[in-house]
Order: sequence, then C-alpha cells, then structure tokens
Amino acid sequence: MKIVVCVKQVPDTKGGVKFNPDGTLDRGAMLTIMNPDDKAGLEAALRLKDQYGAEVTVVTMGLPKAEEVLREAMAMGADKGILVTDRVLGGADTWATSQTLAGAIRNLEYDLIITGRQAIDGDTAQVGPQISEHLGIPVISYAQKIQIEGDSVIVERQYDDRYHVLKAKMPCLITALAELNEPRYMTPGGIFDAYNAEITVWGRANLVDVDDSNLGLKGSPTQIAKASDKVRKGAGEKVVLDPTESVDYIVDKLKAKHVI
Amino acid sequence: MNIQDYKGVFVFAQQVDNVLSGIALELVGKGKDLAKDLNTEVTAVLVGSDIKGLADELAEYGADKVIVVDDPELKEYRTEPYAHALASVINEFKPEIFLVGATAIGRDLGPRVSARIHTGLTADCTQLDIGDFPINPIPGKEQLHNQLLMTRPAFGGNTIATIACPDFRPQMATVRPGVMQKAPKEAGKKAVIVEFNPGFTPNDKYVEILEVVKAVSDVADIMDAKILVSGGRGVGSPENFKILEDLAEVLGGTVSCSRAVVDAGWKPKDLQVGQTGKTVRPNVYFAIGISGAIQHVAGMEEADIIIAINKDETAPIFEVADYGIVGDLNKIVPALTEKLKAEMAAK
Repeated sequence: MKIVVCVKQVPDTKGGVKFNPDGTLDRGAMLTIMNPDDKAGLEAALRLKDQYGAEVTVVTMGLPKAEEVLREAMAMGADKGILVTDRVLGGADTWATSQTLAGAIRNLEYDLIITGRQAIDGDTAQVGPQISEHLGIPVISYAQKIQIEGDSVIVERQYDDRYHVLKAKMPCLITALAELNEPRYMTPGGIFDAYNAEITVWGRANLVDVDDSNLGLKGSPTQIAKASDKVRKGAGEKVVLDPTESVDYIVDKLKAKHVI
Repeated sequence: MNIQDYKGVFVFAQQVDNVLSGIALELVGKGKDLAKDLNTEVTAVLVGSDIKGLADELAEYGADKVIVVDDPELKEYRTEPYAHALASVINEFKPEIFLVGATAIGRDLGPRVSARIHTGLTADCTQLDIGDFPINPIPGKEQLHNQLLMTRPAFGGNTIATIACPDFRPQMATVRPGVMQKAPKEAGKKAVIVEFNPGFTPNDKYVEILEVVKAVSDVADIMDAKILVSGGRGVGSPENFKILEDLAEVLGGTVSCSRAVVDAGWKPKDLQVGQTGKTVRPNVYFAIGISGAIQHVAGMEEADIIIAINKDETAPIFEVADYGIVGDLNKIVPALTEKLKAEMAAK
C-alpha cells in the first residue's frame, strides 16, 4: 500500500503573528511547528504502515525552510519527503494550494492520501477536500478511526452529535483529527537518518496538469481586503474579595443587569 | 464567466434527520439582510430525502424562495451526492452569493463544491457585509461595488481578516454557527418552492454508510442557553463539576466547559466552548476556573455579560470579563448557589 501524507509547517500561534505589507503572512519571521492535525494524519499513516505494511511519502508545500517538517516526519518513520517550493506558488489561497498539491501528487502512486483536518494558522479545513475534488477521488473528512479492508478503507467520520462508519473504495482522501491518536516521538536513529536523508525538491515545472492561472497569489480567487490584530473589548472590573463579599458582588451585578 | 449573470443570495439549509439545523435559519436571516442591501432575494437550498415539508419553516424565517433537491440518495449526508446537488443548483441558478454553515457537514461540503465550480471559499466567517473592494480606492485599480466582504478570525483568534472574491461567482463563505441572528418568525408566510433534481448516479465517489452511531446525549445544546456556567481545568475534577451544575440549576442555565476539560475526558465534546468547540452568546457566561486561552475566548466573547472566577489574578480571562473575581471557586460557587436560592425563594 502507498500512502501520501500532506503536512504543513505552521507558525506556532503561541509566538507572535507577523504580516507582510500586502496583508499576507510573513512566515519567515515566525517560529514554526508541524501542524498538529497533520501530525495526527502522519501518525495514522505510520500505524497503517506498522499494521499492514505501506510506503509513506510526506509532501509539503512552502518555503525552503519547510524541509524541516519533512525531516521530522522521516525521523518519525516516513519513507520519503517531497518539498514543493517555488516563488510563483507564494501567496496561494486554498484553491491555489490544493491545485498545487494535487499537481504534485499526480506524480505519485497512492492508495490513500491523508491530510490534517485543518491547519492552526488558517483554520480553513478546505485544502484536503479540495485536493480530493481535483483528483476525482472520494473524501472522508474528520476521521477519528481508520482501518483497511481489502481494497477499501473503513473510517469513523465524526459529526457534531454522531459518527458515521463509512466505507470507501481506495484511492481515497482522508482528513484526520488531532484526536485520532497520540503521535509518536522521533527516534534518535530516525533523527540521524532523517538528517542525512535526501529530500526531493519540486518546483512549478514538476506539477502535472495545472494551469499557471490556478497557482500562487494570481491564481487565488480570494483576496485579502484587510488584515489586522483583533480588537477586543476591554477588561471590565476585577475585584479581590473574600468569598462572602464575592457572592454579594456577583448577586448585585446579576440584579443590576436584571438577570435575577 | 460573466459575473453580471450571477444574481441573488443563496444559503444551504442544512437539515439532519429531516430537522432543520439552527444554522439554516441563521443563514436565511443573514442572507435576507445581504439580499436587502443588494436589492435581491434570499433563496434557501434544501437538500435531503423527503424534506419538502421543511420549506414552510424556511419561508416563515424569511426565505423568499426555496429550492428543494429531494432524492433517496440524499437521506444521510454524504459528500459526493450533496456536492453534486449544490454544484448543480449553482450551475443552474447562478447565485452571486452562496453561504454554507461552518458545521462538520458544511466544512466538508463547502470546499468540495467550491473546488468543483472553481470559485473562492472563505472559511468560518463571523461577519458578512456588502461593500467595496478594495475597501479604499487604490489609484490604477478599479474599485468594485456590491462585493461580499467576508470577515473571519485566523491564527486561533489572534488576527482578523476581511476577504473578498472579486473575480469569481458565487462568492462563497462558510459561516460559524451561533454568530448570525435568525429573523423573527412570520407565521404563515410562504415562499416560492422550486423542485430541482439533477439526477444522482452512484459511482466510486459515493461512499457507503455502514453504520450511523448517534451520541447518547440528553443535554441541552449550549448554543441555545441563556445562561452558561462554564468550567475549566481549575474546577479540579469531574466530580467537582457538581458545584457548577448546582449553580446552573438554580439559574435555569446549562453547564459548558473549556477544551482542557474535554481533553481530560471530564466532559463530552458537545459541551466545549471555543475555536474548536462551539461559539456561544448567552446573556450571562460564568467562566469558572478557566484561564481564558485565546481559542476559548474566541468562542464566548460575544456573551452579554462575562463573569470570571479564578484564583490566578493574572489569568487572561480577566481581560475579557465584565466582572472578574479573584478567589477560590470551591468557596465562592457553592455559597453563590445558596445565596441565589435564598434570593429566588424570597421572590
């Protein structure tokens, strides 16, 4: 079985957020991690590899620095890493990103493609389903459990108040929830091997069946009109009182606001 | 694509088990506002099996027109037949705006549809306006009018961005449940009903549903609650949530919680408030033993009154609380419940 896992290097949102003058993110200026949902997707792929035997190829699109997440993935047990990087791909929205990744994946053989549900920077949850659409394969989003049965995959698909057990014929794309598993650590040997492993680097010329008009900032249907730090309503009162006074304080406020 | 051909505001009227989801009516309400600004109509798109009966409810909440796509293949939500239904409706009726709820269904359906018809999709919007793009005139660039300006938080709520989709139609957005208001109900109001079936032929993209497992839950939906008593890791243990339940009971409220509590397995996911949980806007929100991570605040900051109780005076929750009490929740909460009981009894 061949599994492709898409991962994204994301800014650690605990650090600061920085913008370019045009409103797009200045990714170079922020601390980065492997996106948590993607890491769960990678772990799911590695467990399928442990259980059934599989070749796991990790693909990322980003700046040259995004190679770091590929090495991390390989240190966890992935077999191959592919970095898709090119100046013309920058500033992509989800449409252009999914076109790019689909164009890269068309070079590969795959039974399963696993992506994270969403990245913690954009939080859109769009790229996985959009890749599946471009490739013409079924998608199962929000996977909380994955099993293989013959040429099909059986997945528990989470909804708000229920889950569906779904069966799809492979090839199929699955988006993984961080709740799916607890990702393994990199092994010391893995880190050593990954440090020396060869990373495949692809640019625009390696993308299959993608028109220039669907790539990068120019190929993005959505455009940023405005971006800013969020303005929050200011803090109200803060009091330090003993418990009895605290209770009286809250009750007075609830009365003043006609709650009680 | 001739953009002028695209007219009207369409919303996906999500239903589950043939009951309209709250988001369906919220989108009709918001769609009605946008349609008014554009001097056009709001159309609800109802997709399912045997669902025609729901059209009247959509009309009573403001839909001018309801397009009904009714087919046995659409009984339970599955990505492919639903995406086919919406893409076919868009190709046939050419709306300028198409809104979908940012639910576990809509966040799967929206991207699949937008990719099929080649348009932009803005995720998890919390504000929608009609306006100009660029917002301020830029020399040498045409300023377009009557554009959908879609505002959304990003970076876990650290930033906020406004997005436009000037060159493609429809302008698509998924919208966070609980943020838009539904319009007042007008009993007996009718809409124009249009039945439309593009034909559904199963193929490899139609996944098979082996089983539907519903979570057994008799708890009230926290998104409907007027008063929420919300607990965080500071509550200390699942057993200690009893003191929050007692407080909620005396106020006629509901208990909710932070992500930490769900991650610890103390409470089920459907009680979680925040970026990866639910967005709530109750009249009163008690944040008890909740530190107030930005992802949590994103889900509750629209509450009318926020009352925070936390022993850590530096907790970020105090930055959004209207009334913050630095103190021991184990002492304050039970005493508050007793005092409120006495107040209620005296009335």
